[in-house]
Amino acid sequence: MNTKLLIAATSALTISITSIAKAEPQAEVLHWWTSGGEAKSVAVLQEEFSSRGGTWTDMPVAGGGGDAAMTALRARVLAGNAPTAVQLKGPAIQEWYEEGVLADISSVANAQGWADVLPASIAGHMKCEGSWCAAPVNVHRIDWIWANATVLAENGISMPSSWDEFNAAATKLKAAGITPLAHGGQAWQDATVFEAVALGVGGPEFFHKAFVELNEDTLKSDTMKAVFDQMRTMRGFVDSNFSGRDWNLATAMVMNGEAAFQIMGDWAKGEFLAAGKRPGIDFLCASTPGDGFLYNVDSFAMFDVDGADKEEGQMLLAELIVGKNFQKVFNMNKGSIPARVDVALDDFDPCAHTSAQDMAASNAGGSLLPSYAHGMALRGAQSGAITDVVTAHFNSDMSSDEAVDMLVSAVANSM
Amino acid sequence: MSEWLEKQLPKLVLAPSFVAILIFVYGFIGWTAWVSFTKSKLLPRYDIVGLIQYDRLFVSPRWDVAFSNLFIFGFLFIVISMLLGLLLAILLDQKIRTEGIIRTIYLYPMALSLIVTGTAWKWILNPGLGLEAMLRSWGWESFSFNWLVDPNMAIYTVVIAGVWQASGFVMALFLAGLRSVDDEIIKAAQVDGIPTWRIYLSIILPSMAAIFLSAFIVLAHLSIKSFDLVVALTGGGPGYATDLPATYMYTMAFSRGDIGQAASSAMIMMAVVFAIVVPYLYSELRARND
Repeated sequence: MNTKLLIAATSALTISITSIAKAEPQAEVLHWWTSGGEAKSVAVLQEEFSSRGGTWTDMPVAGGGGDAAMTALRARVLAGNAPTAVQLKGPAIQEWYEEGVLADISSVANAQGWADVLPASIAGHMKCEGSWCAAPVNVHRIDWIWANATVLAENGISMPSSWDEFNAAATKLKAAGITPLAHGGQAWQDATVFEAVALGVGGPEFFHKAFVELNEDTLKSDTMKAVFDQMRTMRGFVDSNFSGRDWNLATAMVMNGEAAFQIMGDWAKGEFLAAGKRPGIDFLCASTPGDGFLYNVDSFAMFDVDGADKEEGQMLLAELIVGKNFQKVFNMNKGSIPARVDVALDDFDPCAHTSAQDMAASNAGGSLLPSYAHGMALRGAQSGAITDVVTAHFNSDMSSDEAVDMLVSAVANSM
Repeated sequence: MSEWLEKQLPKLVLAPSFVAILIFVYGFIGWTAWVSFTKSKLLPRYDIVGLIQYDRLFVSPRWDVAFSNLFIFGFLFIVISMLLGLLLAILLDQKIRTEGIIRTIYLYPMALSLIVTGTAWKWILNPGLGLEAMLRSWGWESFSFNWLVDPNMAIYTVVIAGVWQASGFVMALFLAGLRSVDDEIIKAAQVDGIPTWRIYLSIILPSMAAIFLSAFIVLAHLSIKSFDLVVALTGGGPGYATDLPATYMYTMAFSRGDIGQAASSAMIMMAVVFAIVVPYLYSELRARND
């Protein structure tokens, strides 16, 4: 009842505001950045927007890693009343474009020269049939391995540069009574480890063929079997109580020395920093063994809206999102790195520097790849089908041959 | 005029809710059925393409797990809850002194939300936090109870939590049934020197057939629509070992943008409900017509 009143009051207020100031840029922004650091980051954008004379209508929908927000979006689009900008990423942008509801923001993008400052493969996600339809916010790297520096030093282990080295180190740690790999048995975490292993074992070209092109021969190749073999080995390195554990609890295990390594995207860094741990001294960050860079880029897709004030708001919003100031402030809060490559990184931590250097290098070498586990490479149905197989294999005694067969049929069935 | 009004008033009063149910229950069942025959992905589409979603559903190993879990969970949940409920009811029926308090204690779990039950049992059954860790810290080093993290056994933890929640309620149903049996008959049997267990088996329980049926129907629909318990207790894991049709449907509709799959799994769930409810309705209606 109260919420209804509140909504009624807010909308009445919005209407009265709109009728007074008509030419003001308007933006209604649907997002699910509601937790501490993220909410702070959005507030920065909000302030910039209003300081340029715009009216920001916040529409945060928390819950379910964006599932709840997507449900809200679906309802709004079906009702013919889409928000101005929506937090969307990867192939989901194209999916919505195919429904014919996205706007063209090429005029801003060209005026601001986005094409020159964004890595080509990331820019590709922001374009719908050649015209710009979304604005990138950040780049999360997925293929990170985090380690407790003290535990490694005590056991005479350095950061592994190959999976064999990792296995040897883990065996040693296990013998010393330390859990080698802190891991949470949730499907998306299994998938995160899996894609890091796949990139390391198979290499960038294999990864692209398997998880971007869904090439059947690659999916059932011997390399894929080797990836599943390594997953089986990794299963032996997690503690027996890992099922259902949240990722931040696994990070805490590394922090307090209960476990040595964790494979997780760079949001884990935020946990370390929040606990007062220093990069390079208390904890170590490195890319997982192998070449390449798996990215997860958050972005705002711009929906078709009516009215000059809303369109103006949309353009202003797009400009600010990719603007240097927001890219810097937001990413320092969030633990990721800016999507545009010309932002000065002086205030960022060493892990972010590594990330930015690797991104530039892999962009030049063609190994800058979208993360499949975080919905950048494939559509929901396909990536979900792969994750089902990965998590079923990891949580049972399925053989690698069986897993590969299942993978091929699951992918075919998800089309 | 007033006579007409008097005659029509019940219908007029019932009309709004009738219309609402017609649209929001049966209308949407029809809509779901329609969508299940389309290639809907992110948003619903309405051009019918045939049974493709059902084909996909039946070859999906995850649906296989979810669907067989429904029968494992449903069967054990219903049978154990009924047996336990009946046993508790019979024990309470022995005219004991503190019956009121005990009855409340047993009935209380039903007042909890399934989310609370699931979360509490998640902690109790977690090998690193709960029962296993406690007994080991007390010195029983070899004690092991890790069903929650064992993909082959995890579905049985859902049964445990479900039974804990529902058996008190079933007890209350049965207790009411036991009390409704005519005292005279029982006394007559006692005068004839028939042992108590025989009185229960041959006189009281057979006269409670209707209660058994109600308990079965209540438990059956609870188990088919069961969703929050699994989400809170295991999150469908380890892997997808404890998926149920309801959680499968949710994943497809809201996480994966595969509305066609979700709709077809919803239709299968409804078919299961119908398979249970229709015979019940049929027998009810026939009994009344006779």
